[in-house]
Amino acid sequence: MSAVADKHKDLQALGVEVFSVSVDSHFVHKMWNDHELSKMVDGGVPFHMLSDQAGNIGRAYGVYDEAQGIELRGRFIIDPDGVIQAMEVLTPPVGRKFAETVRQIQAYQLVRASKGTEATPAGWMPGEPVLKPGPDLVGNVWKVWKPHE
Amino acid sequence: MEEKPQGCGRITGAVLGEPPPEAPELSGTKTTAREERMGARVGQKAPDFNAPAYFKGGFTNVQLSNSFGKWILLCFYPGDFTFV
Repeated sequence: MSAVADKHKDLQALGVEVFSVSVDSHFVHKMWNDHELSKMVDGGVPFHMLSDQAGNIGRAYGVYDEAQGIELRGRFIIDPDGVIQAMEVLTPPVGRKFAETVRQIQAYQLVRASKGTEATPAGWMPGEPVLKPGPDLVGNVWKVWKPHE
Repeated sequence: MEEKPQGCGRITGAVLGEPPPEAPELSGTKTTAREERMGARVGQKAPDFNAPAYFKGGFTNVQLSNSFGKWILLCFYPGDFTFV
Protein backbone atom coordinates (compact mmCIF):
# COMPACT_ATOMS: atom_id res chain seq x y z
CA MET A 1 0.00 0.00 0.00
CA SER A 2 2.96 2.31 0.47
CA ALA A 3 3.44 2.27 -3.31
CA VAL A 4 -0.10 3.58 -3.80
CA ALA A 5 0.35 6.13 -1.02
CA ASP A 6 3.56 7.36 -2.63
CA LYS A 7 1.88 7.87 -6.02
CA HIS A 8 -1.42 9.13 -4.67
CA LYS A 9 -1.02 12.50 -6.43
CA ASP A 10 -1.10 10.74 -9.79
CA LEU A 11 -4.46 9.23 -8.87
CA GLN A 12 -5.82 12.51 -7.53
CA ALA A 13 -4.89 14.14 -10.84
CA LEU A 14 -7.10 11.54 -12.54
CA GLY A 15 -9.94 12.26 -10.10
CA VAL A 16 -9.65 8.87 -8.41
CA GLU A 17 -10.66 8.24 -4.80
CA VAL A 18 -8.59 5.52 -3.13
CA PHE A 19 -9.71 3.18 -0.37
CA SER A 20 -7.54 0.46 1.13
CA VAL A 21 -9.10 -2.44 3.03
CA SER A 22 -7.67 -5.10 5.32
CA VAL A 23 -8.79 -7.18 8.28
CA ASP A 24 -6.77 -4.99 10.64
CA SER A 25 -8.66 -2.60 12.91
CA HIS A 26 -8.60 1.10 12.14
CA PHE A 27 -6.58 1.45 15.34
CA VAL A 28 -3.87 -0.78 13.88
CA HIS A 29 -4.07 1.20 10.62
CA LYS A 30 -3.20 4.28 12.68
CA MET A 31 -0.21 2.52 14.23
CA TRP A 32 1.00 1.25 10.86
CA ASN A 33 0.71 4.74 9.41
CA ASP A 34 2.38 6.42 12.36
CA HIS A 35 5.20 3.94 12.86
CA GLU A 36 6.05 2.75 9.38
CA LEU A 37 4.22 4.19 6.37
CA SER A 38 4.70 7.82 7.41
CA LYS A 39 8.44 7.09 7.29
CA MET A 40 8.14 5.89 3.68
CA VAL A 41 5.66 8.47 2.42
CA ASP A 42 5.79 12.18 3.23
CA GLY A 43 2.78 13.18 5.29
CA GLY A 44 1.66 9.60 5.82
CA VAL A 45 -1.10 7.70 4.08
CA PRO A 46 -3.25 10.20 2.14
CA PHE A 47 -6.32 7.99 1.66
CA HIS A 48 -8.88 6.25 3.87
CA MET A 49 -7.69 2.94 5.36
CA LEU A 50 -10.75 0.78 5.95
CA SER A 51 -11.16 -1.95 8.52
CA ASP A 52 -12.95 -5.19 7.66
CA GLN A 53 -12.18 -7.31 10.71
CA ALA A 54 -14.95 -9.82 10.07
CA GLY A 55 -14.10 -10.15 6.38
CA ASN A 56 -17.61 -9.16 5.29
CA ILE A 57 -16.47 -6.80 2.58
CA GLY A 58 -13.72 -9.15 1.42
CA ARG A 59 -16.26 -11.94 1.01
CA ALA A 60 -18.54 -9.72 -1.03
CA TYR A 61 -15.62 -8.98 -3.35
CA GLY A 62 -14.40 -12.58 -3.46
CA VAL A 63 -11.01 -11.82 -1.92
CA TYR A 64 -11.42 -13.11 1.64
CA ASP A 65 -9.29 -16.18 2.37
CA GLU A 66 -11.25 -18.16 4.96
CA ALA A 67 -8.33 -20.48 5.78
CA GLN A 68 -5.91 -17.71 6.62
CA GLY A 69 -8.37 -15.08 7.77
CA ILE A 70 -6.85 -12.47 5.52
CA GLU A 71 -7.72 -10.60 2.37
CA LEU A 72 -5.92 -11.32 -0.88
CA ARG A 73 -4.41 -8.53 -2.94
CA GLY A 74 -7.56 -7.52 -4.77
CA ARG A 75 -7.64 -4.35 -6.80
CA PHE A 76 -10.89 -3.00 -8.23
CA ILE A 77 -11.41 -0.05 -10.57
CA ILE A 78 -14.94 1.32 -10.10
CA ASP A 79 -16.38 3.87 -12.53
CA PRO A 80 -18.52 6.90 -11.61
CA ASP A 81 -21.68 4.81 -12.08
CA GLY A 82 -20.47 2.45 -9.35
CA VAL A 83 -19.75 -0.31 -11.87
CA ILE A 84 -16.63 -2.44 -11.49
CA GLN A 85 -14.64 -2.08 -14.71
CA ALA A 86 -11.49 -4.00 -13.80
CA MET A 87 -10.27 -6.33 -11.12
CA GLU A 88 -6.99 -8.05 -10.36
CA VAL A 89 -6.43 -10.50 -7.53
CA LEU A 90 -2.99 -11.73 -6.46
CA THR A 91 -1.94 -14.09 -3.69
CA PRO A 92 0.02 -12.38 -0.91
CA PRO A 93 3.70 -12.81 -1.85
CA VAL A 94 3.59 -10.82 -5.09
CA GLY A 95 2.88 -7.09 -5.09
CA ARG A 96 0.98 -5.15 -7.70
CA LYS A 97 2.42 -2.85 -10.34
CA PHE A 98 1.07 0.61 -9.78
CA ALA A 99 1.78 1.85 -13.31
CA GLU A 100 -0.51 -0.79 -14.76
CA THR A 101 -3.36 0.33 -12.51
CA VAL A 102 -2.91 3.92 -13.69
CA ARG A 103 -2.77 2.77 -17.32
CA GLN A 104 -6.05 0.88 -16.96
CA ILE A 105 -7.76 3.83 -15.27
CA GLN A 106 -6.62 6.13 -18.09
CA ALA A 107 -7.86 3.66 -20.69
CA TYR A 108 -11.28 3.33 -19.03
CA GLN A 109 -11.54 7.09 -18.66
CA LEU A 110 -10.82 7.49 -22.37
CA VAL A 111 -13.42 4.90 -23.33
CA ARG A 112 -15.98 6.55 -21.07
CA ALA A 113 -15.23 10.03 -22.40
CA SER A 114 -15.78 8.71 -25.93
CA LYS A 115 -19.13 7.29 -24.78
CA GLY A 116 -17.98 3.87 -25.87
CA THR A 117 -17.06 4.87 -29.44
CA GLU A 118 -13.36 4.22 -28.82
CA ALA A 119 -11.45 1.22 -27.51
CA THR A 120 -7.84 0.79 -26.52
CA PRO A 121 -5.79 -2.01 -28.11
CA ALA A 122 -3.50 -4.35 -26.19
CA GLY A 123 -0.57 -2.58 -24.60
CA TRP A 124 -2.09 0.86 -25.24
CA MET A 125 -0.43 3.75 -23.50
CA PRO A 126 -1.86 7.27 -23.19
CA GLY A 127 -1.17 9.26 -26.34
CA GLU A 128 -1.10 6.20 -28.58
CA PRO A 129 -3.72 5.59 -31.28
CA VAL A 130 -7.06 4.15 -30.21
CA LEU A 131 -9.49 1.99 -32.16
CA LYS A 132 -12.89 3.16 -33.33
CA PRO A 133 -14.93 -0.02 -33.57
CA GLY A 134 -17.36 -0.04 -36.48
CA PRO A 135 -17.97 -1.61 -39.87
CA ASP A 136 -14.89 0.04 -41.39
CA LEU A 137 -12.59 -1.48 -38.78
CA VAL A 138 -13.62 -5.08 -39.39
CA GLY A 139 -10.67 -6.87 -40.95
CA ASN A 140 -8.71 -3.62 -40.97
CA VAL A 141 -7.23 -3.49 -37.51
CA TRP A 142 -3.87 -4.38 -39.10
CA LYS A 143 -3.86 -1.02 -40.87
CA VAL A 144 -4.06 0.99 -37.68
CA TRP A 145 -2.47 -1.21 -35.06
CA LYS A 146 0.26 -3.81 -34.86
CA PRO A 147 1.42 -5.79 -31.89
CA HIS A 148 4.57 -4.20 -30.57
CA GLU A 149 7.31 -5.12 -28.10
CA MET B 1 -17.49 10.72 5.99
CA GLU B 2 -18.65 11.47 9.47
CA GLU B 3 -16.57 11.29 12.61
CA LYS B 4 -18.01 8.74 14.98
CA PRO B 5 -17.36 8.18 18.64
CA GLN B 6 -15.04 5.23 19.09
CA GLY B 7 -16.35 2.60 21.44
CA CYS B 8 -14.54 -0.53 22.46
CA GLY B 9 -16.73 -2.95 20.55
CA ARG B 10 -15.24 -4.88 17.68
CA ILE B 11 -16.64 -2.83 14.86
CA THR B 12 -16.02 -4.01 11.37
CA GLY B 13 -16.88 -3.45 7.78
CA ALA B 14 -20.36 -4.51 6.74
CA VAL B 15 -21.93 -5.11 3.39
CA LEU B 16 -25.05 -3.06 2.87
CA GLY B 17 -28.36 -4.34 1.64
CA GLU B 18 -28.38 -7.63 3.48
CA PRO B 19 -29.38 -8.63 7.04
CA PRO B 20 -26.72 -8.28 9.72
CA PRO B 21 -24.70 -11.44 10.33
CA GLU B 22 -25.91 -13.51 13.26
CA ALA B 23 -23.95 -13.19 16.48
CA PRO B 24 -21.04 -15.62 16.59
CA GLU B 25 -21.38 -18.51 19.00
CA LEU B 26 -18.91 -18.40 21.83
CA SER B 27 -18.40 -22.13 21.95
CA GLY B 28 -17.85 -24.34 18.96
CA THR B 29 -15.58 -21.95 17.15
CA LYS B 30 -15.65 -23.94 13.93
CA THR B 31 -16.92 -21.52 11.36
CA THR B 32 -19.74 -22.76 9.27
CA ALA B 33 -19.23 -22.17 5.60
CA ARG B 34 -21.03 -19.00 4.73
CA GLU B 35 -23.12 -18.67 1.67
CA GLU B 36 -21.02 -17.11 -1.03
CA ARG B 37 -22.50 -13.80 -1.99
CA MET B 38 -22.25 -13.44 -5.69
CA GLY B 39 -20.71 -10.05 -5.50
CA ALA B 40 -17.92 -8.54 -7.42
CA ARG B 41 -17.82 -9.07 -11.16
CA VAL B 42 -16.61 -6.76 -13.87
CA GLY B 43 -19.45 -4.96 -15.59
CA GLN B 44 -21.62 -5.29 -12.48
CA LYS B 45 -22.42 -2.80 -9.75
CA ALA B 46 -19.83 -2.78 -6.96
CA PRO B 47 -21.25 -4.21 -3.70
CA ASP B 48 -21.89 -1.32 -1.34
CA PHE B 49 -20.51 -1.37 2.19
CA ASN B 50 -19.83 0.60 5.32
CA ALA B 51 -16.56 0.43 7.22
CA PRO B 52 -14.71 2.19 9.99
CA ALA B 53 -11.59 3.87 8.68
CA TYR B 54 -8.45 5.68 9.67
CA PHE B 55 -7.86 8.87 7.72
CA LYS B 56 -5.20 11.49 8.36
CA GLY B 57 -5.10 11.31 12.12
CA GLY B 58 -8.80 10.66 12.69
CA PHE B 59 -11.34 7.87 12.65
CA THR B 60 -14.26 8.06 10.25
CA ASN B 61 -16.85 5.87 8.66
CA VAL B 62 -16.77 5.24 4.92
CA GLN B 63 -19.71 4.19 2.78
CA LEU B 64 -18.60 3.23 -0.71
CA SER B 65 -21.69 4.58 -2.47
CA ASN B 66 -21.03 8.06 -1.09
CA SER B 67 -18.15 8.17 -3.54
CA PHE B 68 -20.12 7.00 -6.57
CA GLY B 69 -19.88 9.76 -9.13
CA LYS B 70 -16.09 9.61 -8.94
CA TRP B 71 -13.64 6.97 -10.09
CA ILE B 72 -12.70 4.69 -7.20
CA LEU B 73 -9.68 2.48 -6.66
CA LEU B 74 -10.46 -0.15 -4.04
CA CYS B 75 -7.43 -2.11 -2.82
CA PHE B 76 -7.50 -5.10 -0.50
CA TYR B 77 -4.26 -6.36 1.04
CA PRO B 78 -3.32 -9.14 3.47
CA GLY B 79 -2.45 -7.03 6.46
CA ASP B 80 -0.72 -4.09 8.06
CA PHE B 81 2.97 -4.58 8.88
CA THR B 82 3.40 -7.30 6.26
CA PHE B 83 6.35 -7.05 3.95
CA VAL B 84 5.21 -6.71 0.36
